[in-house]
Amino acid sequence: MGEESLPEISGAPAAAKEKGSIVATLFNPFGGFAIRLNNDLGAMFIFFTRAFALIFHPKQFVEIINQIYFIGARSASIVMLVGFFTGMVLGLQLYYVMNKFGAVGFLGTAVALSLIRELGPVLCAIMITARAGSAMTAEIGIQRISEQIDALTTMRIDPLGYLISPRIAAAIISFPILTALFDLVGIFGGYVSGVVLLGGDSGAYLYRMDASVDWVDVRGGFIKSVVFAILVITLCCFQGYFTHMRRDSYGAKSVSLSTTSAVVLSCVMILVSDYVVTSFLL
Amino acid sequence: MDQQPLIEFRNVTKRFGERTILDGVNLSIYAGEVTTIIGLSGTGKSVTLKHIIGLLKPDSGEILYRGQPINRMSKQEWTDYISRISYMFQNNALFDSMTVFENVALPLKRTTNLSRKEIESKAMTRIEQAELREVAHKYPSEISGGMQKRAALARAMVTDPQIVLFDEPTTGQDPIRKNAILQMIAQYKKKFGFTAILISHEIPDVFFISNRVLALYGKQIVFQGTPEELENFDHPFQDEIVRSLENFAEELTGLYSRRHFKIRYQTDLAKRSDDSYAVLVFSFDNMDAIGEAVNQDAAQQVLRSLGTYIRKHFGAVGGFSTRQTINEFATILPFSDLDEAKRILDNFVKDFREQGMAEVSSVFNEKVNADACFDFSISVGMAQGKSQVEIESVIEFARFNKQPIANFQCEARRIPS
Repeated sequence: MGEESLPEISGAPAAAKEKGSIVATLFNPFGGFAIRLNNDLGAMFIFFTRAFALIFHPKQFVEIINQIYFIGARSASIVMLVGFFTGMVLGLQLYYVMNKFGAVGFLGTAVALSLIRELGPVLCAIMITARAGSAMTAEIGIQRISEQIDALTTMRIDPLGYLISPRIAAAIISFPILTALFDLVGIFGGYVSGVVLLGGDSGAYLYRMDASVDWVDVRGGFIKSVVFAILVITLCCFQGYFTHMRRDSYGAKSVSLSTTSAVVLSCVMILVSDYVVTSFLL
Repeated sequence: MDQQPLIEFRNVTKRFGERTILDGVNLSIYAGEVTTIIGLSGTGKSVTLKHIIGLLKPDSGEILYRGQPINRMSKQEWTDYISRISYMFQNNALFDSMTVFENVALPLKRTTNLSRKEIESKAMTRIEQAELREVAHKYPSEISGGMQKRAALARAMVTDPQIVLFDEPTTGQDPIRKNAILQMIAQYKKKFGFTAILISHEIPDVFFISNRVLALYGKQIVFQGTPEELENFDHPFQDEIVRSLENFAEELTGLYSRRHFKIRYQTDLAKRSDDSYAVLVFSFDNMDAIGEAVNQDAAQQVLRSLGTYIRKHFGAVGGFSTRQTINEFATILPFSDLDEAKRILDNFVKDFREQGMAEVSSVFNEKVNADACFDFSISVGMAQGKSQVEIESVIEFARFNKQPIANFQCEARRIPS
């Protein structure tokens, strides 16, 4: 039956193909890419909403605490280290620039606002992606290829609820706290370089910082960090969870490629979404 | 069989891309039985099993549970169905970041409302039954392959399932362990009354515990029936698969497989019209007691040592033997009458009691305390056969005449009588 109908089906497109072959060759890859992207985004959205809905289950509490420890507590030191040096560089560069205009007194304002509004959430999210996001993708990916996720399904344990939901919940809780920590240590770093090392005025730095930072700035920073948390964790978990669906590789290789894609995509998405969220907040 | 099947496949077809794996598979699995699926590697045995638990969905056809299509079940019915099934993966699929105990306890922790203490005691019971007490707090990567297999078995059993799917539970094990795992499945089945569906290559060992065999060949099930019926199944499957998978000698005991035993009987004896021959039937009674009191390995070691001594004494005078059932051996002495057989048997009994049983008791004494109590015995029956008489009826007659030759009793553990 299949063989009989085959020429009929292939006949019509064959003619069309000849006509528009150049156009088709040019645009097919874009079309294919757009369809794949559309499918992936849809799948990711469903993935996130299903996992998010499963957060609110009494048995999740312990798992969420474990993940807060892994994503939050274990990332604190690296976030603080990066925050401190970011603050120091900011202090240094802004002192140098502001000194030219005689505006060193505004150093506290400049450091605090750039950290709280922009650099804090972005750099903190990138650091967590590098530390926890990549580990997450690799861990879930290995669980997928060694059939551990299938094993969960056979035990009536929803893998989304068990593996993904606690991570999303923990990220939503941890990201803003880590961002706050980053901002705090960064402002201190700016103080160290701008005031202690370069001799700026201590009182002006602290007063300007306190006076210029508004609740709106802090809220904006937190909103960003929550958006980044959702994006980063969903992307990293999604890449690991569907490692086996990759068409370009299998087994261990697919886990390594998924981890790479997760980190690269997360970093890109952090910056893209940062622009989008900022434009909405302003 | 007019009983309603527990699980039924109706024209199930499954494709992966261009490749068709199952093409109109029809099969029935009945409650309370051990059903074994045999077939070459890569022919879709695991795929069949994964359809039962819903990890894969058929492209066409239906799977029915007690007559009800599983794809049309409500959410509640599906949960009820799936909660009755356990799956033991071919590569164990243990969670490698969790200890053996955490692995076994996980299904209880996540799917029941039992208290922490109850979960602990249930999980530990299963761990002890699988002889993993010492390694309960080790990670899967720290224990041997055999232990990982048993940990997976313990995890599959912890929820007291009614249907257990075993995907090649014995792969990569030594002959004693292989038989011990099969025996453990048979014993668990007897104890808990579940339905077992297993995939195995261990022909003929797996037939000893199977009630039904399903043969997967050419993307379809070509045979459904008892292991005995499979022996008379005239199909390319028999030549290509059964004979290629079946070892000439049984791995555990070194004796002929049942089929080769029959061939040897037909070539050596059936043609000669005048001669008579002697048949001996050995049975190892109360084997389960050893399994429970010591462990399954010890029970298999007794079987192996019995096989070795039978081969040593009867093989030397031209006899050939096979393992008939899980705990029974049959030997044919082609040129002997009953008197001669009796003389060889006496020598065998003397040697087995002095040497064989001493080896056996040393195995026991290594594994359990002196106060652990269990009884078992080995019996032998003899009969004289003629070439015109069916071998089965001679064996049956010998079975009827069985007498104990060695008793191993609780109070006499160190000095067998």
